[in-house]
Amino acid sequence: MTRYLIGRLFWCIPVMLGASVLIFVLLRFLPGDVVDIIIGSEGSATPEVRATIRRLFGLDQPIYAQYLVWIGAVLRGDLGSSLRTSQPVGGLLLSRLPITIELAFLSVGISVLLAVPLGVLAAVKRGGPAELVSRLVGLVGLSLPNFWLATMLILIASLGFGWLPSLIYVSPLSNPIENLKQMLMPAVSLALALMAIVLRMTRSAMLEVLSQEYVKTARAKGLAERVVLMRHALKNAMIPVITVVGIQMGTLFGSTVVIEQIFGLPGMGWTFVNGIYQRDYPTVQGAVLMLALTFVFVNLLVDMAYAYLDPRIRYG
Amino acid sequence: MADRAAALAADLPLPSVRTPPTPAARWRRIAAKNPLGVLGTVLIALLVATAALAGLLAPFDPVAQIARRLTAPDGIYLLGTDEFGRDILSRIIFGTRISLYVGMVSVGIALGIGGTLGLIAGYFGGWIDNILMRLMDVMFSIPSLVLAIAITGILGPNLRNAMIAIGIVYTPTFARVARGPVLAVIQNEYIAAARTVGARDGRIIFRHVLPNVTAPIIVQTTLSLSTAILAEAVLSFLGLGTQPPEPSWGTMLGTGRKFMETAPWVAIFPGFAIMLAVLGFNLLGDGLRDALDPRLK
Repeated sequence: MTRYLIGRLFWCIPVMLGASVLIFVLLRFLPGDVVDIIIGSEGSATPEVRATIRRLFGLDQPIYAQYLVWIGAVLRGDLGSSLRTSQPVGGLLLSRLPITIELAFLSVGISVLLAVPLGVLAAVKRGGPAELVSRLVGLVGLSLPNFWLATMLILIASLGFGWLPSLIYVSPLSNPIENLKQMLMPAVSLALALMAIVLRMTRSAMLEVLSQEYVKTARAKGLAERVVLMRHALKNAMIPVITVVGIQMGTLFGSTVVIEQIFGLPGMGWTFVNGIYQRDYPTVQGAVLMLALTFVFVNLLVDMAYAYLDPRIRYG
Repeated sequence: MADRAAALAADLPLPSVRTPPTPAARWRRIAAKNPLGVLGTVLIALLVATAALAGLLAPFDPVAQIARRLTAPDGIYLLGTDEFGRDILSRIIFGTRISLYVGMVSVGIALGIGGTLGLIAGYFGGWIDNILMRLMDVMFSIPSLVLAIAITGILGPNLRNAMIAIGIVYTPTFARVARGPVLAVIQNEYIAAARTVGARDGRIIFRHVLPNVTAPIIVQTTLSLSTAILAEAVLSFLGLGTQPPEPSWGTMLGTGRKFMETAPWVAIFPGFAIMLAVLGFNLLGDGLRDALDPRLK
């Protein structure tokens, strides 16, 4: 188990390095001259000034040298500074990360807490109302665009209850209740799609597990149905469910970008999209890198949960 | 001895010869078992028909502006008008074309590149497989929507770049989906036989491997059409995809959001259109998965 985890950790390194190359190369596809973007709206510069900027930013070096300089700085925690505010990007992004993580956590929490019991119920009581509800949620949840749902939630809240989400972010440390109020709608908008997927997976995994011999054995030896379901069936059915949650984390992080934009939550996604709008490429580069790092880390956690839940998996 | 056997055989009742069901009968049987798949097929057929007949179906020119802006739905403007006084129903009808076009082009890119890479990786194995699939892992390490937004943001916000971006980010999915079944298929004796008679790799891949791995690829293509349409809507919603005045569902929703409290219809109806298209491709994909799964025949 330890050996597996260490191996798994080491595997993250080449993937992240690969991702950094990808992100770096991507920004080289910028149409036009990077110098123009650095100069920005301040107008044209003389060829001498341009040459100086080129040298200052190391743009006269070959591309692999530029990459090595950049990745060297990144590894020392220096993600460069914003082209707009000249603030260091690393610090800015680190201050934004908790908002995105809180949002992701809340939506995973909401979807799992609702979807798993409903999925189990749908599998145990086949043909009942739970199955109907779960089918409906499974279908609608996958097709409703979350940014539309978010828009509709705001509309309903403002027209129906005269309530608008606060446009200024409230930290959970200063006012946890106000923060939760603010996070609820964005988290629900994100949760629905994930809920649909978790629901489908829980139901089918439970159905599969319940037809296994060991469940029959557990019933035959007279265990209470509750014990059979919770201890024998659900624990094993959770393995594919956790996998699917892990796979969906990428989609979830992608969706936070849009949802944060709609609700004006200044998280990673918000910073990323505004970086794109303002053509602030160091910020974009840093944000993508950090989102990728978070995603790789979450997948690592999922794999660890896997090893914990399924003792049959002998790694090494 | 032989005569006796023949005599005995003559006495035996003839085994009833079952004619294999005609293809139409088989599809009818599959359809009967899978009503949701049928619903998906109907939705997609309606969508394609709407796109093809947009000029006939739309009551107004989708970019023509009238004097009455933000008109609530009434007898003439069935779904109301937007902030420029354009008929929303007509824009949604013409928007079908953009959504389907984006879906087909971007999934085409992903299928073409990713599918080929997956076939090559699975067929040759070894270091080729290793390099290609690790490359795909790297692409997977960046959330696809984030990568798509970054690519369109960098290449410049327009429809063509949005399609390229969506195509690129779904490439690794197709590589994985195509590679898996190839690994199983190349174990078959007919592949060894083809090699023995001297068939070249290209011929084996396209004549012997590809036809036997199409089922999962077809299912993935259908499901990806729904995610690609959704991705275009998100990019356009953020102002990075289709540019005004082109009627894209995502753009309509994105701009309509600003007038939501006074004119909610501007944002509500394009959302329904996106939902129906995505639902249609999802149901069709699920249905095809069941229909093409040999275990369920």
